[in-house]
Parts: sequence; C-alpha cells; structure tokens
Amino acid sequence: MSEKIKFTIDGKECFAERGQNILDAATDNGIFIPALCHIRDVKPAGACRLCNVKIAGRLMTACTTPVESGMEIENDIPEIQDLRLAIIEMLFVEGNHFCPACEKSGNCELQALAYRYQMMIPRFPYEFPVKEIDASSPKLIIDHNRCILCKRCIRAFKDENGKNIFAFKKRGHKLQINIDEKLSANLSDEMAQKAMDICPVGAIIRKEKGFNEPIGTRKYDKMPIGSNIERVI
Amino acid sequence: MSKPIVATTSLCGCFGCHMSLLDIDERILELVELVEFNKSPIDDIKEFTKQCDIGLIEGGCCNSENVHVLKDFRKNCKILISFGECALMGGLPAYRNGIPIKECLDEAYLNGPTVINSNPDKILPNDDEIPMMLDKVYPCHEVVKIDYFLPGCPPRADLIWDALVALLTGNELKLPYEVVKFD
Repeated sequence: MSEKIKFTIDGKECFAERGQNILDAATDNGIFIPALCHIRDVKPAGACRLCNVKIAGRLMTACTTPVESGMEIENDIPEIQDLRLAIIEMLFVEGNHFCPACEKSGNCELQALAYRYQMMIPRFPYEFPVKEIDASSPKLIIDHNRCILCKRCIRAFKDENGKNIFAFKKRGHKLQINIDEKLSANLSDEMAQKAMDICPVGAIIRKEKGFNEPIGTRKYDKMPIGSNIERVI
Repeated sequence: MSKPIVATTSLCGCFGCHMSLLDIDERILELVELVEFNKSPIDDIKEFTKQCDIGLIEGGCCNSENVHVLKDFRKNCKILISFGECALMGGLPAYRNGIPIKECLDEAYLNGPTVINSNPDKILPNDDEIPMMLDKVYPCHEVVKIDYFLPGCPPRADLIWDALVALLTGNELKLPYEVVKFD
C-alpha cells in the first residue's frame, strides 16, 4: 500500500491513506464523527452537515473533505458539539418524529445521536408540517414525516438487477423521496430489510413487520452510537 | 424546615407518566418522607391550597382547560418539570396536528363508523362547560416557561426518581445512558 499521511484530530496523532476523506480516516483512528448521510464506500453527499469539523478556523464537512498531510482538525470542541446538537434539533422540529410510535425507535440513528448529545428539548419551535405516508409499494412504506432527505437510499440502494428504486421528486422545500412502485414490488424480503436498514431514520419501513425487537435489546438501547468505533482502538 | 411541596397533573396525556412515577415501587415511602403532595391526582387535591416547590406536568396542551391548568401550575410552582413525550413534544395526541380541527370533530361526532347513526341532529359539543379544543396540540414549553425536561414514553421510573432526588437534595443529576430514552 501507499505510504500513510499524518494528521491530527483534537491534537491526537492520526494516520490515513492519501485521498481518504476525513470521516473514514477518523473512524479508522478510533474517533467518532457523527453523520446521518454518510455510508462508507459510497460517494459522499455532504447532505446532513453533522460531520462538520473545523480546519484552520473554517467549518468543513468531514465526509467530503480529503485528508491532507499535517492537517489539524478540531472535532470534539464545544462550538462544534453545539452546532451538531442544533442540527439534530432542527431535524426533529422540521419533521414529525414521534419516537414512541415509530418502528425504528431504538435502531434510529437520528434518535441515537439525540441521546448521545443529550437532547432534552429542541431550542426551536415544533413545526408539525403536513406530510404524507406513501404505502403504494406492496413491500415498503415511505413515511415522509420521518424522512430527513439524506439521500442514502438513492445513493446506496439498488434492487437485485442493479436498478435504482428510489429517486427524488419535486424541488426545494417540496422535495421528496419517491419509490418505484413496480420495481419495489419485486423486492425479496431480505432486500426490503436492506432498504429499511440503509435509512438512518424510520422513513423506509417494511410492511407487515415492525416492533420485532423488545425494548432493551435494540441497537442503541444500551450503547451510545459511535461507541463501537471508539472502543476499537 | 418544612418539607418541599410537590404538585402533579396530567394534561393531554394517558396517565402513563403518573403510572411510571408509581413504578418507583417501595421508594414511594421514601418520597412521602421527603415531600408533601399538594394538587395532584395521587392525593386527589383538586385545587392549589398553598404555594408549591415542584410541579410535574404530564401531557401537552390540546384544549383551553389544559392551558388554564398549566398557567395555574406556573403561577403556583417555583419549578416546573415537563415529563413524558406528550408534555415535551405533543406526543401521540399531536398526530392530529396535520388534520384541520373541523375534520377531527366531524370524524369524532358525525362521520366516524361508531357515531354515524347516533347523532341525528348533527351536534358538535359546544356547551360553555366543555373546554374548547385548540387548533393543534402544543408542547408545554411553547405555552409557559418550563424549567426541566424528562423525556420518555413513559420516562423511566429511575429517571423520575433520580431527577426528583437531585432537585430535593441539591445534588448534581447524573443521567446514565440507559434511562434517557424517547420511547
């Protein structure tokens, strides 16, 4: 392999492959940078802005910025942590996130980040926007109330034949995820589960399946999100 | 020194949060030693008889009576705590927030499958004694100032207990990861 380049995150010396983005590099060095839109090995989108870090006094998204030799990155500082909490709070107020009634509760990355950053109440007023639930596909439900428009499903999910079944429709504040009704009808149960797992929130839900895991055994019930990354090293 | 006085109420909630308060089990004996209860469904005192130190609010505001009670609590309690998702963000009742109030009332009193033939005069409740429904369900902190928040549906009994004890003893509140949950 090519030689590794050296950089620091909050003063801690880290190493990365040349060209690697900051988010993946931080993960490899046992440092957690939160993100809702990023999936490793999928082209970064910079959609959720949660991975903002400070480099030379400027905020940059860690998922879209390649590491450079000698870079000094600030990550775990009060200013950025508060910015991240503000973004999480905005996501909570601009959708309808009713955790107690959500199938994804306990496995939801947005909720897990709210736990990690100890969100008690958003600083912004709740919007309660009017949104639809699209149950036209026989396998999946698209709940626009919960969608945070991270584009994960568009970028990272293809059906058995390699075709995209998710796409954007409309523009601006009316922007929505759309599902291809015909293609999604042919999804196997495993693929439908995969689509549900790719979604960081509960916007893509399998039909006739839900609340499978009892409280206490779900992904983020006992361990905060990111603790698996921090424990590795 | 006299004991701190606690008041509780359930606005637009299901009483689940009060049930969770009772889930502190035998610690309730300790609680009775620590505090005196005033207006609360637990002792069935209907109106404030004195100034209270802590007010626990379950449920959000869905009608004029909820707003009245909440403002009464703000007036009579030094510290107000919202507990449970309904108080914090409207909760399940806030599912109606996307539906116009007229549609809600029509469905409940005129067109719903269980009422369609039982209301021949097509009357919607409009007596002065009945509280008016608000246009939507509001979280408590959007109506009055709330000092502390305890999330959960219901909030874990340990969370309620730890928060109350920390407040009463003046000790720092430690929040273990497992007790702060939104469901």
